[in-house]
Amino acid sequence: MNCLDILEKIGDYVDKELDPTLCVEIEKHLEDCDPCVAFVNTLKKTVELFNRAKISENSIPEPVSSKLRGFLKENISTAGE
Amino acid sequence: MNLFPPNGIGYMSKDARAKAAGTPAQSEEDLALISRVNGGDYGAFERLVRKYEARVYHHCLKFLNSQEDAEDVLQDTFLQAYRSLSGFRGEAAFSTWLMKIATNNCLMRIRKRKKVDIVSIDKPIDYDGSHLPREIVDWSKNPSLMSANDEIREVLDYTISLLPEDKRVVLILKDLEGFSNIEIGEMLGMSVAAVKSRLHRARLFMRDALSAYFEGTLKLAKTEPER
Ligand SMILES: [Zn+2]
Repeated sequence: MNCLDILEKIGDYVDKELDPTLCVEIEKHLEDCDPCVAFVNTLKKTVELFNRAKISENSIPEPVSSKLRGFLKENISTAGE
Repeated sequence: MNLFPPNGIGYMSKDARAKAAGTPAQSEEDLALISRVNGGDYGAFERLVRKYEARVYHHCLKFLNSQEDAEDVLQDTFLQAYRSLSGFRGEAAFSTWLMKIATNNCLMRIRKRKKVDIVSIDKPIDYDGSHLPREIVDWSKNPSLMSANDEIREVLDYTISLLPEDKRVVLILKDLEGFSNIEIGEMLGMSVAAVKSRLHRARLFMRDALSAYFEGTLKLAKTEPER
């Protein structure tokens, strides 16, 4: 397995969806290839940063929310009142 | 010498893999609300709106990079959801069904725009996957990443806006919203293999962008976001 093979398989590897045999091969390559180690580490970190970002997004600005409710009431006849 | 971090074991059991790929369970609460809406109870619909509005809004905002457009699409999405709700069969979770509507509306909105956002970047970020850069800086342990950091947050928001739309949508759905590859495939009408391939390219792009940031060649545009 060379560096380009690694690049191709690295997505599944990072997502832990790769066939175990291939994982062993990748890990063997990583033992003596510093650029690939740096690549895998930074790719993992990239994914991690996004995963971390998603947690804080459970709020909506109040004006946006009330505009939405107003819009729906205007456009939905059964909304009443 | 073991250069690879101990958590780097890249495989899991078959069961764990199936679980990871699985779709979220249909929420009983949602189903009950939906049947009340279909019986003419508008209040039940408002509860669904309250439950999901933030999620849809942030999805649109990430996708469109414009608050005004995100608000429009948010409104259209819930209106369309209301009108289609009688056709909701519960085959997918309501949240998935709703995000599919939102995603399609975002894509339509983007196609209506004439120009591509203007990019302010010193070094072009384009990854064709044909080579590994000669020198790879391992910034994964950079101290600025240790804690929540507003600037990193801005960098993420900015770089995601540079992604071509077909890759942006997959990255948002997967890494920011946590949908499975199968669900994303259903939403976008593509195979799981196609989803994975786009996701992979999107992540490579983002990794490159973050590398550029840590090397000092990517600077945040301090102007108003382009629309
Ligand atoms: Zn290598």
